[in-house]
Amino acid sequence: MSTALAKEQTTPRPPKNKTPKWQKMSFMGYFALILVTFLSVFPFYWMFIVASNGTDEISKIPPTLVPGPRFFTVISHVYEVLPQFNQALLNTVYVGTIVALAQVFFSAIAGFAFAKLNFRGQRYMVLFVILTMMLPSQLGIIPLFMLVGWAGWIDTLLALIIPALVTAFGVFWMRQVIDAQVPNELLESASIDGAGVFRAYWSIVLPIIRQSSFVLGLFSFLATWNDFLWPLLVLNTPENFTAQVAVNQLKSSYAIDYALNMGGAFLSTAPLLVLFIFVGRRLVRGVMDGAVKG
Amino acid sequence: MSQATVAKTGKSKPPSPWKPAKPNKKLNNPNAVLSLNGRWGYLFTAPFFVMFLIFGLAPIIYSVYIAFFNWDALGTQEFIGLGNFNELVADDRFWNALVNTLDIWLLSTIPMLIFSIGLAAILHNPSLRGSTFWRTILLVPNITSVLAIAIVFGQLFGRDFGMINIIIGALGFEHVDFIQGTTSSHIAIASMIVWRWTGYNALIFLAAMLAIPGELYESAALDGANKWKQFLYVTLPSLRNTITFVLIVGTIGGLQVFAEPLILGGSYNGGDSGQFSTLTLFLFDQAFVAYKWGYAAAVGIMITFIVAIVSIINFFITRRLTGDNK
Repeated sequence: MSTALAKEQTTPRPPKNKTPKWQKMSFMGYFALILVTFLSVFPFYWMFIVASNGTDEISKIPPTLVPGPRFFTVISHVYEVLPQFNQALLNTVYVGTIVALAQVFFSAIAGFAFAKLNFRGQRYMVLFVILTMMLPSQLGIIPLFMLVGWAGWIDTLLALIIPALVTAFGVFWMRQVIDAQVPNELLESASIDGAGVFRAYWSIVLPIIRQSSFVLGLFSFLATWNDFLWPLLVLNTPENFTAQVAVNQLKSSYAIDYALNMGGAFLSTAPLLVLFIFVGRRLVRGVMDGAVKG
Repeated sequence: MSQATVAKTGKSKPPSPWKPAKPNKKLNNPNAVLSLNGRWGYLFTAPFFVMFLIFGLAPIIYSVYIAFFNWDALGTQEFIGLGNFNELVADDRFWNALVNTLDIWLLSTIPMLIFSIGLAAILHNPSLRGSTFWRTILLVPNITSVLAIAIVFGQLFGRDFGMINIIIGALGFEHVDFIQGTTSSHIAIASMIVWRWTGYNALIFLAAMLAIPGELYESAALDGANKWKQFLYVTLPSLRNTITFVLIVGTIGGLQVFAEPLILGGSYNGGDSGQFSTLTLFLFDQAFVAYKWGYAAAVGIMITFIVAIVSIINFFITRRLTGDNK
């Protein structure tokens, strides 16, 4: 019952059955939303238009606005320029999955400790986590580069995985989530029944925070997928590229071949769009939950 | 409902996002479950702290250390005290990057804030149909990579055949060379940032609006306040903490902008005359093109200070603008 209650709390929805007289949805409101939808989707559509028409068709006035017949020609050109493109996509999935799982695992257990356990120095540790979130992330990039070089991880996927296993943001987020969603009474009664700390975490906390963990994992996965500069710095050989580095490689191979570039961009974006169709609503809920309690 | 959450914690406004729990003299954690053995907390947080110390904090501290050296990739390590900082203050490229960064930040933050609060207000309307669909659409721009989107925007802003210039031309104006101009290139970069973050922040504002008790609106309506006045006197003051939060997060990210200009220009220069070079781009240019690691580290420290100063200014301006309701 408490689980249902906690879930209910995390689902902010406008009241459906009572529509107060003092507020009615205007035509202008819908118009603005349709405009925003158009603006949000158009760049993806345009990516496909350019990739399916070729650069010549686009370089005229007025430009084509409908898909053309050359999509597969352009895509095969992408694979000619960079035969390892599929390998790059696989690498990205591999790194993203490991990083997402690790971040969820480490963040959830640390977040649980910060939210529900009483230990000395706890308050300062939380403050430390919050302060570190304020530091610009690029501040330590040179020593990190030296460190990764010293460890021998340059041009390996380990350079992307190991430094990304934990984040202060993940820990802070999980602390907020567990604080808001897991009632203390449940944990108290479990410990009265003889459950130890780890058992309470495993059998009570984890099932409740399943949804939020999934959302955190998704965001970690997306961030890893889209990370650009660090992979560019540490990866050299095409077999080890991630999707972003591969797309960037297309960019530098030729002067400006828009069709080729957009073909690569399309290949690296399409998997995310497909993923988004399935998980978009959960991501929305995650962003909004984090906002109210974060 | 989120209102229930607010009622539970006994507060009438959304909780401040960065304040830790209220201090309690007796307990380290006033919300803790005391029947659980707290010592496990050290073990549970240890993996995070160990990993973070090695790959997060140690590089930052080391970065501060090498900022006082003439330190390059080839092995030169010569202590020069504040030498890097003196050189930096006299470096035109640094000031140019600073001005560009602040300009891009302003051009992106203000429209982004206005659009996202406006969108959230539309979505907050209880009689809106298809709200789940609209909310989901808002997040679409946020999931794509900056690289992919910079390629698309770079083409759309192109001088001869970019869609935007074709529209400008059709309206009877001269084509604008967005990439070559200073302000125009900043607008192109800012538009990418606005496109990416408006929907995401609208969702955050929407969540905060949903936490405002409905009675406030009802009594305002009884007092004869129309929609606009309700928004001005009920919604906006309640969003104070959220606006500050979004601004601070946006400042930390916005003052470190580099991916958009890097891809748009295709190099670490930030355009042919550095017209859209930013602070972080300058850092990378010094670190990974010039290999002046000590100098680049000094740039990083300056970025940190600038972020802190702008965040503090933001904090006070937001307090002032949204009214000081104690």
